[in-house]
Amino acid sequence: MTAPTYDLGELHGGLRLPGHKAASTAQPIRNVPVPDRLILPVSQHAGDPAQPIVGIGERVLKGQLLADPEGALGAPVHASSSGTVVAIEPWPVTQRRGDPAPCIIIDCDGEDRPVDYVTTADDFTSLSPDELLATLLKGGIVGLGGAAFPTAQKLMQARSGNLEFLILNGVECEPYISCDDMLMREHATQVIGGAQILMHALQLSVCFVAVESDKSDALQQLGDVLGELQDDRIVLKQIPTIYPSGGEDQLVQLVTRREVPTGGLPSDVGCLVQNVGTAASVYDWIINGEPLISRVTTVTGDGVNNPMNVRARIGTTVADIVEFTGGYTERAEHLIIGGPLCGKSMSTDRVPLVKSTNSILVVMKSSFQGHELPCIRCGDCAAVCPIRLLPQQLLWHARADDEAKLRDFGLTDCIECGCCDLVCPSHIPLTANFRVAKARIWELADEKARAERARQRFEARNARHERERQQREAELAQQKESAKRAGPAAIAAVLKRKQQDRGDD
Amino acid sequence: MITAVLTIAVIALLAGLALSLAARLLPANSGDLVEKVNDLLPQTQCAQCGFPGCRPYAEAIVDAGAAINLCPPGGQETVERLARLLGKQVLPLAESVLPSVAVIDESACIGCVHCRAACPVDAIVGANQLMHTVIESECTGCELCVAPCPVDCISMRPLP
Repeated sequence: MTAPTYDLGELHGGLRLPGHKAASTAQPIRNVPVPDRLILPVSQHAGDPAQPIVGIGERVLKGQLLADPEGALGAPVHASSSGTVVAIEPWPVTQRRGDPAPCIIIDCDGEDRPVDYVTTADDFTSLSPDELLATLLKGGIVGLGGAAFPTAQKLMQARSGNLEFLILNGVECEPYISCDDMLMREHATQVIGGAQILMHALQLSVCFVAVESDKSDALQQLGDVLGELQDDRIVLKQIPTIYPSGGEDQLVQLVTRREVPTGGLPSDVGCLVQNVGTAASVYDWIINGEPLISRVTTVTGDGVNNPMNVRARIGTTVADIVEFTGGYTERAEHLIIGGPLCGKSMSTDRVPLVKSTNSILVVMKSSFQGHELPCIRCGDCAAVCPIRLLPQQLLWHARADDEAKLRDFGLTDCIECGCCDLVCPSHIPLTANFRVAKARIWELADEKARAERARQRFEARNARHERERQQREAELAQQKESAKRAGPAAIAAVLKRKQQDRGDD
Repeated sequence: MITAVLTIAVIALLAGLALSLAARLLPANSGDLVEKVNDLLPQTQCAQCGFPGCRPYAEAIVDAGAAINLCPPGGQETVERLARLLGKQVLPLAESVLPSVAVIDESACIGCVHCRAACPVDAIVGANQLMHTVIESECTGCELCVAPCPVDCISMRPLP
């Protein structure tokens, strides 16, 4: 069965980029063996870091809970293999571009002994949505597309709104990355199964699985699974291969023709978007009882000998993974975690794979950089901006540090896709400038909020002082009034009594 | 020719008259401007400018032409923003301070309540004869609590 093509609204701007994906999709996903040492950051998700609940020297099993979230937003961390906890200390992490952050370090025993996986239920439909969400919360599942937002909490937030559609994001629009493509080709059953679980948890009856039109193998596999299941609630949608059609808001717009409002979420227009990898890990957790302890990631670029997709345990270092695939070439100069446009450069390959690591890209330094020249106001950046911003105007105001103008021109809506950088004939790093300007806006907003609170407290205090003064005056006036009413004889009597009291002492 | 010149002259005369009358009779609305200036001030309520709080300073700037470089917690940035708003010249800051918070040495505190009364934003908690402490998240670093302390147990800690 082949997927039907739908008439789709065009995305504004965007770019048709060379994919560079064929190199890593030539062979099936291979499993990276258990490494000697696992490094598990306690903060692999949006929100507060998880708090370790194991001690140094403790023996742990594969799938055992290591750290529990504290606070409103977070996800637990599980051991990806069996072994001994040898340290809980700072280690270079990808989220901080190779700077250290607290990690739980496990020396693996190589036996890979799991805890007794408890499957929630043979039939997940016997669980109520609330029970299902509570179970999901314990699986350590976060969005695998890159933002690493805890999935259970995303569902809970979305559920309070008026949801209509679940959208599974299989649009992997950034060049080089192919982990979702390979996952859909080889594990279409899990992806669709995950979609069914998510639909049950949200009580939704429509799910779109969005896949780029150039991923014919993945479309074929998903179509076959859907054909077997005869589940007509799930619809396959082909999305044009344009970067950045896989951005959450862009995908919602492409699939439903609804625009996510400024500062809003897809749930504001009735949609919930989940990455296909996330759906597969939901399936693994609910049906097989395995928490999120491994993921598929792409190892690619001209800096590695043998580009491929691998399934590696969370916590395996990038160095170990690259060595497994066949090592670096002499062109290996620059390590990027993520894609060439939205990825982060790393200072070291000792960083561990985390839940959000979708790609390990090794390239030559010169591949993406040019010498910066002045802006010639050609307007190419505005033509490609997928959210119709005016990057050249934004750059102007960012350099002038004009916060009000930056807000007026919608900088806070910028998704940092990097399209403007790519087309700029003057090689201006626009996105980098925008990131700095955004940070500045948040800083100013923070300052403003503090000042506002201080002012409110100051005004409240002044109001209280004024109230107290009036009260005192009123009491005094009352006393005077009652004295006047009592007359001079009564006052004289009181004074006399007082004098007698003093005399008695 | 003459009629045209006369017509224009009469119109100009009338317009001028109307404008001068309006300037004299309608009061200038300085309230909005005071609000805008107050918005730019850091609301530490420290009185280091010589006025008893941020709003009084904002009123002094707008109504009495006070200098715009008297706010140390606001820093040079606030001076620049004020200059832009009011169309005045950017002046160097009279004196500068680092952002900081007050810290009470709780072992030395005698519970006199003097600092609590001095705090403009109610950021000090404590009762008579009992230990006091500063709510760090609310402290604006105005230093007004330092002087009243009879046992000198309050110090300013710079923020990172």
